[in-house]
Amino acid sequence: MENSQLNSGNPRVDIEYRKKKSAEEMRHQVVSFALMIFLTLIAFATVAIKGFSAWFIVPFILLLAIVQVIFQLYYFMHMSHKGHEAPSMFLYSGLLVGMLTLLAFTTIIWW
Amino acid sequence: MHAEEKLSLETWPAEPEKSTLEAKNKFLGFWFFLGGETVLFASLFATYLALKDKVPDSTHTLAKDLYDLPLTFVATMLLLTSSLTSVYAMYHMKNFNAKKMNTWLIITVLLGAAFLALEVYEFSHYVHEYNHTFTSSAFGSAFYTLTGFHGAHVAFGLMWFLTLIIRNSKRGLNLYNAPKFYVASLYWHFIDVVWVFIFTVVYLMGMVG
Repeated sequence: MENSQLNSGNPRVDIEYRKKKSAEEMRHQVVSFALMIFLTLIAFATVAIKGFSAWFIVPFILLLAIVQVIFQLYYFMHMSHKGHEAPSMFLYSGLLVGMLTLLAFTTIIWW
Repeated sequence: MHAEEKLSLETWPAEPEKSTLEAKNKFLGFWFFLGGETVLFASLFATYLALKDKVPDSTHTLAKDLYDLPLTFVATMLLLTSSLTSVYAMYHMKNFNAKKMNTWLIITVLLGAAFLALEVYEFSHYVHEYNHTFTSSAFGSAFYTLTGFHGAHVAFGLMWFLTLIIRNSKRGLNLYNAPKFYVASLYWHFIDVVWVFIFTVVYLMGMVG
């Protein structure tokens, strides 16, 4: 089993260890939540403060969205953990196919 | 380990979502489904971008005058927070605490329901104030298909959580239902992933013009 190295054979020790592990993970998740809120605030503020040109705003808020989604995928959905090779492959192949559609629709039928 | 095993805090595995064959299949199959969902939503985003502001005449309202930043902001905060509360629920699932897990799931459901209520208000506002409907223009069709599909996902996620909570309310956690909770929470996070792009691409970029 994958988690066999987590089990020392002594249940008490294992629980302590695991509790510490999941508390540590929780801390990472709370930090990424704070960052996600922060990125959202920046994105909304960039649009609300009328003064930046669209040429700056659009790539900038798209970048913020991508960073935020990476936090969501790797911390909230645990893709940073071991054993997520197949999920990454599924997700990124889906993204690749989807990007082709996006590219076609925004370049060929844009006008 | 097998699904029917009676477990205690001592014997609860570190990764209950992957500790039986059924759980592993569920986990893999669900991620495969999310790959498909990525294609689906990317196509809807592509359609929206191609048809944005494509209206038959000047009596139709364009994206710039339609969207309301404060409303979108509140909806975003609700959904983002509900993503965190479902993380809390999974934290308690891993610690074999069904009661706390259920409490956080109920909070998640409430936040999701509030998001959905805001979206319903938003759509009815557009229909009644701006005559922006599904059939009024290509822009309307593309907008409601994309945001409506996301809203339907939220509604389905709420039903899913509620069904799991009610069905397992007297059972406690075991290796049969823990993967189900885990997969439902993955679905919920994915809904939030899609929303991040909706508020950015549809609402914020729509306001910029």
